[in-house]
Amino acid sequence: MGRIQLKQVQKKFGEVEVIPPLDLTIEDGEFTVFVGPSGCGKSTLLRLIAGLEDTSGGNIDIDGADATDLPPAKRGLAMVFQSYALYPHMSVRKNIAFPMKMAKMPEDEQKRRIESAAKALNLTDYLDRKPGQLSGGQRQRVAIGRAIVREPAAFLFDEPLSNLDAALRVGMRMEIGELHKKLETTMIYVTHDQVEAMTMADKIVVLQAGVIEQVGSPLELYRTPRNKFVAGFIGSPKMNLIEGPEAAKHDAHTIGIRPEHIEVSTTEGQWQGTVGVAEHLGSDTFIHIHGVAGCDPMTVRTVGDIAVKHGDTVYLTPNADLIHKFGADGLRL
Amino acid sequence: MARAISTNKKISNTAVAGTLGFFMFFPILWILILSFKTEEDAVRAPLEVLFGSGWTTEGYSAVQARSDYFKFFMNSVIISVGSTILGLMIAIPAAWSMAFVPAKRTKDVLMWMLSTKMLPPVGVIIPIYLICIKFDILDNRAMLVFVLMMINLPIIIWMLYTYFKEIPGEILEAARMDGASLKDEVLYVLTPMAIPGMASTALLNIILAWNEAFWTLNLTSAKAAPLTAFIASYSSPEGLFYAKLSAASIMAIAPILIMGWFSQKQLVRGLTFGAVK
Repeated sequence: MGRIQLKQVQKKFGEVEVIPPLDLTIEDGEFTVFVGPSGCGKSTLLRLIAGLEDTSGGNIDIDGADATDLPPAKRGLAMVFQSYALYPHMSVRKNIAFPMKMAKMPEDEQKRRIESAAKALNLTDYLDRKPGQLSGGQRQRVAIGRAIVREPAAFLFDEPLSNLDAALRVGMRMEIGELHKKLETTMIYVTHDQVEAMTMADKIVVLQAGVIEQVGSPLELYRTPRNKFVAGFIGSPKMNLIEGPEAAKHDAHTIGIRPEHIEVSTTEGQWQGTVGVAEHLGSDTFIHIHGVAGCDPMTVRTVGDIAVKHGDTVYLTPNADLIHKFGADGLRL
Repeated sequence: MARAISTNKKISNTAVAGTLGFFMFFPILWILILSFKTEEDAVRAPLEVLFGSGWTTEGYSAVQARSDYFKFFMNSVIISVGSTILGLMIAIPAAWSMAFVPAKRTKDVLMWMLSTKMLPPVGVIIPIYLICIKFDILDNRAMLVFVLMMINLPIIIWMLYTYFKEIPGEILEAARMDGASLKDEVLYVLTPMAIPGMASTALLNIILAWNEAFWTLNLTSAKAAPLTAFIASYSSPEGLFYAKLSAASIMAIAPILIMGWFSQKQLVRGLTFGAVK
């Protein structure tokens, strides 16, 4: 079980309020991702849940019981840190055994759990090595192994993949996803990378300046962003936001259209512009177009084998059904 | 690739470094040579000392006959090791709290402690001397252990603080998440990681305390006098006895030199700890 409920949780560092009172419920077994730009308070929020920081107000309930003032060890949560935070003087085996040793678990049970975790994480051959002798990906697995053996109520991940190279990151992303499917344990995952958030989450919590901007499934956030911030943050490449007369035509202060919802033509269309940079990725092409009123440059995502180059004139037609409208206050209309 | 250095340059660099090293080592070498000479030979012109005279160990036997070397040696051991252990007992918790739970004024406290080392010791000798008289603890080993501990405590705390600072906070947080109590955290995580730093701090402090002369000379006479006082006793108003003085000096510095020699790897590692990631 691992249902986590934040009630009016607040955090101040001195006079500075980094998290104004907020409410959030994370259901048992859910994979929740906290996402937002750096400094938005997502890591602080995770550390509040972990108990590594004290709240300045409000309550944190874990499985219905008030855990606000419990020390980290008593909350039944396991955490994987960005730097892995392995104990450098202990072997992999001892690292994984450490939480069980602290819990005074019987030796044979410890052994059984170490072996099954090592098997699940492909670490069997490395159990007697020190962390310094492992690669980044292996260290990350050890950190996860150390978290698994405790059979925690929930796993907390603090940007666990940001120290890995791009290829390894994709692999580990899938491994963590598989692990979640297998264990069905609540996981809270902090990242600034919206791709990680979109691919892994059951539920995404978008934060900005300590405030929850929107909570929802990845596709909900993609389809119906609640405000301009979420609209711009979720989706890659970013949504084009257009102000001015073009927006007024739709009775909105700002309209948003995603790069993948714009038709490109070399002959005719609603808007006209010139090609700035065309990024050919093979499978698709991202074209940055200058000269469209109210949005410069406008990004368009189109098929891979389109033959446009710098300086070409192109015509754009947005899919009218997929235009997002926002008011002057930034909220969705 | 490393920067290319020509052979000629290597030879000249080696020669310069070797010469400098020789000049620095020369006084000790000369003391070693003089310690194996008779008193008459020891005061001759340098070349005659080297080539025009015989070798003898009579300086050493004279020193041993005149004073009980072992007593001074034991005093040195007790004072240097004792003050180091006592210092570590105070400094470990102090440095721990400053490194891991710093307060607003932690930096100021550290600077203040360092500033006490800028005070000339002679400035406080009179009050301390008077206190010792008042409590009747002049020439007392326990008093010296305490005084030397106080003298070197700022350095011990600074060194330990630097080592503790090197330990990433996330590792201690991980231990907390893993269910470690404060005791477990210190015992299983912090201490094993800090042992190299503690060891080199202890070594350096033993050397500092061993060589400390100002306080030991001023606060002892016979009972608690360590090897520094033992050397000093050979420069007496009756005149200088170079051979005996040299023999005494060699006997006083040999133990710490040998210890330093065997622990130099640890010492250098400790002193440059954290300089290179």
